[in-house]
Amino acid sequence: MTKSPAFAVDYDLSAALRREGLTSDDYREICKRLNRAPNRTELGMFGVMWSEHCCYRNSRPLLKQFPTKGPNILVGPGENAGVVDLGHGQRLVFKIESHNHPSAIEPFQGAATGVGGILRDIFTMGARPIALLNSLRFGPLNEDKNISLLQGVVAGIAHYGNCVGVPTIGGEVGFNNSYSGNPLVNAMGLGLMETNEIVCSGAKGIHYPVIYVGSTTGRDGMGGASFASSELSSSSLDDRPAVQVGDPFLEKGLIEACLDAFKSGHVVAAQDMGAAGLTCSCSEMAAKGELGIELNLDLVPAREEGMTPYEFLLSESQERMLFVVKPGFENDIMNRFLKWGLSVGVVGKVIKDNIVRVLHKGEVVAELPANALAENTPINSHHLLSDPPKEILDHWRWDESNLPSSSFEGIQSLKESSTDIIISWNEIVLRLLDDPSISSKSWIYRQYDYQIQGNTIIPPGGADAAVIRLRPQEGEEAILDSNRGVAAVVDCPNRWVSLDPERGGMAAVVEASRNLSCVGAEPLAVTDNLNFSSPEDSIGYWQLASACQGISRACTQLNTPVTGGNVSLYNETRLSNGSVQPIDGTPVIGMVGLIQDLNKTIRQGWIQSGSSIWILGASFDGKDTVDNRMSLSASSYLEVIHGLVTGRPPEIDLELEIKTQSFLRSAIKRDLIESAHDVSDGGLAISIAECCISSGLGVDLDIPFNDARLDRILFSEGGARIIVSIDVNKIDSWEKSLKEFNMINMNSFSAINLGTVSDSGKLLMKINGHELINLNVSQLIDTFEQAIPRRVNA
Amino acid sequence: MTIGVVVFPGSNCDRDVRWATEGKLGFPTKFLWHESRDLSGLDAIVLPGGFSYGDYLRCGAIARFAPVLQSLIDFVDKGGKVLGICNGFQVLTELGLLPGALTRNADLRFICQSVSLQVASNRTTWLSDHKRGDLLTLPIAHGEGRYQCSDDTLHKLEDHDSIALKYKNNPNGSLADIAGITNTKGNVLGLMPHPERACDQLTGGIDGQGILQALIST
Repeated sequence: MTKSPAFAVDYDLSAALRREGLTSDDYREICKRLNRAPNRTELGMFGVMWSEHCCYRNSRPLLKQFPTKGPNILVGPGENAGVVDLGHGQRLVFKIESHNHPSAIEPFQGAATGVGGILRDIFTMGARPIALLNSLRFGPLNEDKNISLLQGVVAGIAHYGNCVGVPTIGGEVGFNNSYSGNPLVNAMGLGLMETNEIVCSGAKGIHYPVIYVGSTTGRDGMGGASFASSELSSSSLDDRPAVQVGDPFLEKGLIEACLDAFKSGHVVAAQDMGAAGLTCSCSEMAAKGELGIELNLDLVPAREEGMTPYEFLLSESQERMLFVVKPGFENDIMNRFLKWGLSVGVVGKVIKDNIVRVLHKGEVVAELPANALAENTPINSHHLLSDPPKEILDHWRWDESNLPSSSFEGIQSLKESSTDIIISWNEIVLRLLDDPSISSKSWIYRQYDYQIQGNTIIPPGGADAAVIRLRPQEGEEAILDSNRGVAAVVDCPNRWVSLDPERGGMAAVVEASRNLSCVGAEPLAVTDNLNFSSPEDSIGYWQLASACQGISRACTQLNTPVTGGNVSLYNETRLSNGSVQPIDGTPVIGMVGLIQDLNKTIRQGWIQSGSSIWILGASFDGKDTVDNRMSLSASSYLEVIHGLVTGRPPEIDLELEIKTQSFLRSAIKRDLIESAHDVSDGGLAISIAECCISSGLGVDLDIPFNDARLDRILFSEGGARIIVSIDVNKIDSWEKSLKEFNMINMNSFSAINLGTVSDSGKLLMKINGHELINLNVSQLIDTFEQAIPRRVNA
Repeated sequence: MTIGVVVFPGSNCDRDVRWATEGKLGFPTKFLWHESRDLSGLDAIVLPGGFSYGDYLRCGAIARFAPVLQSLIDFVDKGGKVLGICNGFQVLTELGLLPGALTRNADLRFICQSVSLQVASNRTTWLSDHKRGDLLTLPIAHGEGRYQCSDDTLHKLEDHDSIALKYKNNPNGSLADIAGITNTKGNVLGLMPHPERACDQLTGGIDGQGILQALIST
């Protein structure tokens, strides 16, 4: 077909396709839809819009299975962010997004603009941003390269969030080799609706003016979306112009001016300009509104002279948005932006035909069907392996009998060649607390302003989830007290995902829900960020598909619908020897929960000496029975102490999770519990140590005898387990409520008394009277707090 | 009695100050846009935390030219009370209403945490409810809070008993552990810690209430 004049092109086609990340199949499809060849500018527009980053061409069929509806869900996937109804007239907007590739090559600006982008998704809906969280992954801190990435990313997040005045209230950070060279930076934002109507993105009203607001358009961030959808290599540093530069000061004004403009009632649609800039915002607004947009580039505020249409359309300059407003109110709206010193101007209009038409110097430089760009985009079909790959099946064959036998003195580490060296249980606890993935993250969150806006009830590090009060920032309600709050958390057990993506995906959901339950919050809804390697690799696609299946199952059963999120694929690094290093699949789950009475929230640290310590969830193994819901397979202990990442992660018992968490929440509401903390990385011993570290108090524990391996008792993970402490004066009511719950629910979970909180300043743990662990709490605190600083400042 | 809170485009603690002064302490509080010069009817002015005009050059370096601050100088001359918190303290030093300067923290990183402070002087009404040596716990949240001045200025501050608050464990490398100072007259207080974040038991104690109450005491 290229022979007909309509299909002739005046550019080097194969080079252009390579540059835009499009295949020759894509090109044929484009020609078919246009019934002509695209010009070079139009090809660029297709390149960004048909990238995974913008149209989820690899993951869309998988995302369809997620539960997305529920009685509280006001807006699900498809808009800039999800919205849930909190009752009392309050509506929460929230979303997570990744900025992995930019952060890999320019960590400070990459991470900073990631924060800026997620904030725009929130306030574009008409909500004031009230909190940020982040989920980060880096390579090990014994390499300078990874230290400098950590420093840059944290400083970038701090710079943007602190300046714009939104508290960073929580997050999670992990380290392992697979992220060396491809760190993960996922940012989650929460907002409280300030306008009556939720602002949507679909264009409305033929001939209505289209207004451009915010910063000027420059050549920064050209083609960022296509860049984000390919693997990283040593030449990626040459793509530094594809990374944008953020200006939080400008964004601060943009938040205020946008919310002010939305309150006028004259804005009928709004769309943030994120990935793919003007191209994406025009085509999405047109496609969603089933109308068209005519855009005149001569009217777009430009930062530099002589920009081509291609550069205008593909620029990813930050802090920009596009509005459709009611005719006659252009000046009213524009004045609200001028007050904040922002650029603003009418740049086009809504048209009847469902196309995006772009004018430049009096000529039509692009005219494309909006649907072809934004809605009816291609899907890459991949073959899904029917069975887990062989290397995974090999891992699953590993079991605990492969470990050396353990004694009351300790165990031999498989890392050591000599069989004579026994590491004590004390030493193992300290080594786990010194692991940067487990240790305190205070070096990181101390750089974030987590208190601004005056609503942070539980700051980072205080509990299993962060908690903020729901108090509006504007209007008369801003000076009224409020007792309602939201809890938020991000979670992903990436080691489990790497060894069993389905169980890992489920575990991410149940752990997020468990963390919310530990502060007394009712889990509401989920936003997910699927960080995976190339879907073109059969194992990579199997990981992605299996994780989605796990997330879907868990969200359905836990009744926490997915309201949107982000997919980041091609997270892998081409090493100098030519081999490709994929990341561990990392499906990060962001979850929000409601707290009706903030006076009833609890934290993880012990409250007072003498209180009774219990463990809820799966029971310890009985004689001759092994409970597969708990395991040393895929555990932190196995990796940190024995140098092994292997085995099959524990079974996820959704029913056990639901029952245990629901009992916990009801007991918190009835003031029966003083503190709660889940058993996660490092197992029971590390959870107990963390409760001691948070409070400075010691414990005296004696675990009833059983036949299991000692390391299994101390360090196994899984089992929906939660450590709680109970005031001795409330033990009777506690035991009574346990009995009642288990009577109705047929003993669905176990509750075992482990001992008491003490003021001895020591963590003492015995098994059937034999002392296994005897450590000073001050030493635990020191090890836990210094793990990251001592590596970073070395 | 009405308190005015200055709002620069990059202020971000303005609403937090109002929450503390009006929401928790009950004093009528209004916002003053940076372009206004009208301070009539106001009994005290707060310069809140934030990043005034972006602060890409030097904290408060541009803000000192703001129209609202030209009126502020008269206000101070007439004995009006002015409280500069964090970025507000930086602006006051740029404006010359307080001596010295605030530079990047010694470890070059932003620090957000609660700190223990010692009342170094109770000479002025800002801290007259306290004894010298009393300890207060207030949050800090800044990247550039390291107080610096010449030896001569330091001696003057000491001679005039103008050092109001000192850090117990100096977090940012400030000279002589200085966290807050007053002018000689005592009607202007600048401090890096955030008293407005410590007026609400639910979010971190109430040790900041005294300083904000002093805005309307005589």
